[in-house]
Amino acid sequence: MLAERQAGNGVGDAASPWDVARVREDFPVLAQTVNGKPLVYLDNAASSQVPQVVIDRGSRYLQEEHSNIHRGVHYLSQRATTAYEGAREKVRRFINARESRECIFVRGCTEGINLVMHGYGRKFVAAGDEIIVSAMEHHANIVPWQMLCEEKGATLRVIPMNDAGELLLDEYEALLNERTKLVCVMHVSNALGTINPIKEIVARAHKQGVPVLVDGAQGAPHLTIDVQDLDADFYIISGHKMFAPTGSGVVYGKAELLERMNPFLGGGDMIRTVTFEKTTYAGLPNKFEAGTPAIASQIGLGAAIDYLNSLDRRAAHAYEHELLAYATEKLTAIEGVRIIGTAREKVGALSFVIEDVHPHDVGTILDQEGIAVRAGHHCAQPVMKRFNIPATARASFAFYNTKEEIDTLASAVQKVIEVFS
Amino acid sequence: MSELSELYQQVILDHNKKPRNFKKLETANRHADGFNPLCGDQLTVYMQFEDDRIADVSFEGTGCAISKASASMMTQSVKGKTRAEVESLFNEFHRMVTGELDEETTPNNLGRLTIFAGVREFPARVKCASLSWHTLHAALAGEDAATTENLGADITSEQVSA
Repeated sequence: MLAERQAGNGVGDAASPWDVARVREDFPVLAQTVNGKPLVYLDNAASSQVPQVVIDRGSRYLQEEHSNIHRGVHYLSQRATTAYEGAREKVRRFINARESRECIFVRGCTEGINLVMHGYGRKFVAAGDEIIVSAMEHHANIVPWQMLCEEKGATLRVIPMNDAGELLLDEYEALLNERTKLVCVMHVSNALGTINPIKEIVARAHKQGVPVLVDGAQGAPHLTIDVQDLDADFYIISGHKMFAPTGSGVVYGKAELLERMNPFLGGGDMIRTVTFEKTTYAGLPNKFEAGTPAIASQIGLGAAIDYLNSLDRRAAHAYEHELLAYATEKLTAIEGVRIIGTAREKVGALSFVIEDVHPHDVGTILDQEGIAVRAGHHCAQPVMKRFNIPATARASFAFYNTKEEIDTLASAVQKVIEVFS
Repeated sequence: MSELSELYQQVILDHNKKPRNFKKLETANRHADGFNPLCGDQLTVYMQFEDDRIADVSFEGTGCAISKASASMMTQSVKGKTRAEVESLFNEFHRMVTGELDEETTPNNLGRLTIFAGVREFPARVKCASLSWHTLHAALAGEDAATTENLGADITSEQVSA
């Protein structure tokens, strides 16, 4: 039935060399029915699905290699350590970091941003200082900085955006001053799909000597990431948004910054020597990895990177672009539907509202059709306020989605309008 | 009737479009704010509480069709009732939407509120239907806010056994 459903979805189309039917076979979760309908998974910005090779790698670790890392002289501990550190090197190559010790494993973006807040922010931000975030940030890149500002007596400044959902760079430049200690922006907006001009944002901050943290949760799954080219000081990744298991993620930080920072969590594995008088800390990256990490998840992240590398990523990006354009066209054509977030540069997410229908009701009716979308504020309440709406419905795409699925979405949206007419 | 049309019955759609008692109550001596932090729904329940009885009640706020209709019909059901009657009704309503009370086989005082029975087929929407009741309960208790962030409170029996 799966093959039948995929017939005529553009496979083999000259304009689209991407073999989506072939790629879908890599993701076992997609081949199921929900409420009697084929699953249409359009909630990738919340969490992406996991390919069989990643599942297999995790299983193999648990079946054959599991032990604690960095501790034992015994065989299994060495195998686990090798696999875990191998995943770190895969991450380094994936984002083009200079050294693998600049890649700190964390459970996800939220933990990663909190690591920088505690390690960098609490050490270097003082009363009267300023931290800049943007108007489109996820709560994960707002709340930690608010907590820091409250603790230190610092001020949070916000880069505004226009009605399309694009940051206003001139206003941003005007916010930068000698009190600015850090700029924190997302690469791609989870609520609006906007791709922010990170290189430009970083360059303007660096002119003033201000470091930049990039929340890469939605960037890493959709764009080619080169942290040296971006010149980002910190780049944060969530594994579960790029086809790896939950509990995996990375803080990339420039070595000289990570060296100057305080540790985050204290405990085992992050120390060099411990006495009751004084503890000295381990070098990078261990200084930031206290306790036993999510070994299986991080090895899974390494496997997800291998998987991505096995694909033609340029074709994947082009295909995703095509999907978003097609979905935008389809939904825009429906009377009563309004797209939220119309930036010129977008990827991944399509937020929309239907006149006089609350997004939750949209989500429930779509679910009855087997379609998974997110309905709500997307952990970006300030974005909702900026557009004067309580919430949106959001379809978010991955390279395994099809145009046929978007057709299914469009008819289901029509159905919502009928139910509420 | 499909589960969907069971959920979005005409009465519910009507209360969503034209919610009853949808205003700030000037004579209110108690009120509470309700939040569903997971989805951003928020409402305020106002009540004039006299001689252990809800003399008048109203609500304001934003939310989905289920939460708005539930709040609207709740205000109609509880007006004139004593605190004990309201708490008992809340208990029955909550047990109905979480699948613990079968309104067809168990005697109850739910009356028109049984229209929300279909919600139990949609575990993710139980919080929408119960938000106004939690808020009413808070106002009766003299608290000023209620929240549905404690998911455990609204878990259906099906979810527990999953």
